[in-house]
Amino acid sequence: MEPASRLDNNHKLTLKDFPYVVRWRDDRCTRCGRCTAVCPMLSIEPSVVVKRSVHSDGPIPNPKSARQTVTVIKQSTDVDRYCTGCATCSLVCPNEAIEPEFNPQHKFAFHKNRGGHPYRRGGRRNDPLVSTLDRLKFTRISMLTDPALDAGRHEFRIRTYLGRILPPEQLPIKMVNGNLRLDKKTDTFIPPVREIYPIMIGSMSIGALSPNMWEGLAMGITYLNEVEGMPVVMCSGEGGMPARLLRSRFLKYFIPQIASGYFGWDEIVRALPHMIEDPCAIEIKYGQGAKPGDGGLLMAHKVLKLISEIRGVPMGVDLPSPPTHQTKYSIEEAVAKMIQSMSMAWGFRVPVYPKISATQTSKAVLNNLVRNPFAAALSLDGEDGGTGAAYDVSMNSMGHPIASNLRECYLDLVKQGKQNEIPLIASGGVGKKGNLAANAAALFMLGASAVSIGKYIMQAAAECLGDEQNRCNVCNLGRCPRGITTQDPKLYRRLDPDKVAERVVEVFKSIDIELKKILAPMGRSTELPIGMSDGLSADDPAIAERLKINYAC
Amino acid sequence: MCRLAALTSAKYFSPIENVIALETMKEGHDGSGMGLILKDLGGDFKDLKNYPILSGICSKNGLSALDSYMDKLGFRLKHEWSPKIKPVKGIERRDYYFSRAYDYPDEYKGRSLSEREGLLLNTRVALRKMGGADESIIVFAFYPDIIALKEVGDPMQLGEFFGLDNSSLKAKIIFAQGRQNTNYAIDLYACHPFFIQGYGTMTNGENTAFIPIKEFLQGRGMPGYIGYNSDSEVFAHILHYSCRHLGYPLTYYKDIITPLKAEEIATRKDSEVARLLKMSLRPLCIDGPNCVIGFTPDGTTFMVQDAKKLRPGIVGGIKGKFGLMSEECGLDSAISKRDRSLDVFPMKYDMVIIEPDAKGVKVWNQLQGWTTIIS
Repeated sequence: MEPASRLDNNHKLTLKDFPYVVRWRDDRCTRCGRCTAVCPMLSIEPSVVVKRSVHSDGPIPNPKSARQTVTVIKQSTDVDRYCTGCATCSLVCPNEAIEPEFNPQHKFAFHKNRGGHPYRRGGRRNDPLVSTLDRLKFTRISMLTDPALDAGRHEFRIRTYLGRILPPEQLPIKMVNGNLRLDKKTDTFIPPVREIYPIMIGSMSIGALSPNMWEGLAMGITYLNEVEGMPVVMCSGEGGMPARLLRSRFLKYFIPQIASGYFGWDEIVRALPHMIEDPCAIEIKYGQGAKPGDGGLLMAHKVLKLISEIRGVPMGVDLPSPPTHQTKYSIEEAVAKMIQSMSMAWGFRVPVYPKISATQTSKAVLNNLVRNPFAAALSLDGEDGGTGAAYDVSMNSMGHPIASNLRECYLDLVKQGKQNEIPLIASGGVGKKGNLAANAAALFMLGASAVSIGKYIMQAAAECLGDEQNRCNVCNLGRCPRGITTQDPKLYRRLDPDKVAERVVEVFKSIDIELKKILAPMGRSTELPIGMSDGLSADDPAIAERLKINYAC
Repeated sequence: MCRLAALTSAKYFSPIENVIALETMKEGHDGSGMGLILKDLGGDFKDLKNYPILSGICSKNGLSALDSYMDKLGFRLKHEWSPKIKPVKGIERRDYYFSRAYDYPDEYKGRSLSEREGLLLNTRVALRKMGGADESIIVFAFYPDIIALKEVGDPMQLGEFFGLDNSSLKAKIIFAQGRQNTNYAIDLYACHPFFIQGYGTMTNGENTAFIPIKEFLQGRGMPGYIGYNSDSEVFAHILHYSCRHLGYPLTYYKDIITPLKAEEIATRKDSEVARLLKMSLRPLCIDGPNCVIGFTPDGTTFMVQDAKKLRPGIVGGIKGKFGLMSEECGLDSAISKRDRSLDVFPMKYDMVIIEPDAKGVKVWNQLQGWTTIIS
């Protein structure tokens, strides 16, 4: 009889319990070893098994069995080395001998929580459903009174404003000889405003992103600004920016972010006297849509030399950013004081705005900002937003979709007649299904002055392997197989920053054409259709009613 | 597309001239309405310049409600004009069309013009609300020296219906629009021209920015910014908002509804202001192919259009009488003896302005400034 110790495998999982099962074909495999070398999770490994084979030689059947030692590719059943389905193994296999297959019956969620640590993962929700933004269509087409515009030939100005805009009643203007002139004798504060491209690259820090990825994005937006004439801007995310960039003329294309960890801010403040350009704006992070009410964490294994230098912290330590700005007494105080002090630091020449996670309380924050003359905008981050690391439960169950949150905030401003004064920036799942231009245009029509994208640009510019069914999603472990969200040189060397930059430019130029293809038939070419809600319809009556737009079926 | 016929003259003339011009421009229109606004009135109203005139349509019940409301406020009827209606097939006659001059309530006699204007506007809004649900009271204007007449139907037939060819109705500035309804339900209130406190406009084209403009104007807290049965009604309100409420010169109306690019603004002498106006009034950018013809309280008339307008309007005439029309043939009909070489087809950056009493024509170019065409 077998001893109990050999029968008792209760502490182990079978492959059927895992989200991906690696299909390896013995007959095609040449044992080159590339797949095992490249696997970021170390889920597969070369192994040796003893095989018994039966064969018969000669004209009369005479079976003989033989034992043979062969090398195989074996998938680990260790929970910490689970296959994420990234399929890097398939990418490198010369003979199509290996691929991970999704296992819809997996029980991973029941087993992943080990050592008292709930499952935490990178930037995508487990939500393959169609988002509200993808259920909106543009149904007001100019056709009768005047023909629609020609997207290819007409002159377009797809621009928006970032910064607080004074209402006309408050402009310091006087009449001189029948003309209007600026009245410089009044003490009216005219807030700084930037004219930017309405799709911004949202906050992704150096640290969360690999140096190559961040550099690629930065080069891409610089090219867009300086060569293509498209004023696309990019937020740094928390953790500061390279010192050389802070002192360069390129700073005007960047929005440094200050978050509750305050990482990198010493360096930014120290660079202030040496700045030859003002940054585009300053973003103060209070929340992120993918994990509202939760702080950030850059894990120790990502804090390598470069990161420690930029952030001004020791190497190899966890860098938690708490969910609140703990140096402040209350959220109102935090918002007011930080906006004011950041504005003051740049001589009130730079727009300063907060980013919050979209929640039921967004309107309350907005109403505080409306009454703060220094608040430049409000960035609302919906639940579909990404993050470097979030608890599974936060990703799946916390947060507010962006569409209705933005709409409510916009209509609240409309009610007060202040819709043009505080720009709303919407983000969180914009372009989740690849329809970036359509999603962005829909958000403009619901009331956004600009949209912010993160995941989309990573997917498009660096060919991210993840999907919304929890494929890959190891952005938090520093094992990104593409080299996007890792500080491991072995991994990020896979990413060519020049190629990333090239893709960023291609993406924005294509999006620009798509936006024109949406705006032209609707008769808009000069101004962004902010709040043009009569142009939108939803295919669901409940959505239409909630967003106060048309229902079309 | 709607037909627009505006005439401004040093002498009084009959609105039938406008109606004939509209007829000349007719080309496959559905005739979903005609609107007439007469300013600087002659005829019976010549000596009643200081008394506000209430223009509208009532049912029998509506009329008695209107009378009792006006009495209650203290308005006293001074003079009344009603068209001599001639039944015309296809035009549904309503009970009572009227333009009535009232004397102000006693307590307003010594008050300032702006206080009186406030009273007139509030009264107009109140009457409109009173009779809005059952259309028993329809009010187009309540203001001194202004008459408005509107009805659903073909303009020429409506001219006959209202007996305009034999009417005593005369004015120095008359705006007429033959409406081709394309966007919204046929509604009498949607008929151009629109009027508010001395400012009037009519337009043809499609205003795609209607909702954001409407929402912006409604948020200004002004009692008169209501209605919006037409996507073009906002043009009159933007004019009122920029000239009267904000006190800007007329030329800035052009800058507000069709703002320049940032690099173009930089070339202007008032670039600092133009830049701020563009941002603050961003929702009022019309961003649609529209030709707007309007007038201001002092009798200045103008034409302006968006860069996207495929077929521009035309302004021309002789000193003492000018026409602002949507088509050249309309102008030919109204003022045939004119130097055609001086006709102006305002383009992307232009605003054609005709001085009061049709003294001269000037063009304001957003980039170049003023040019005088006829003076």
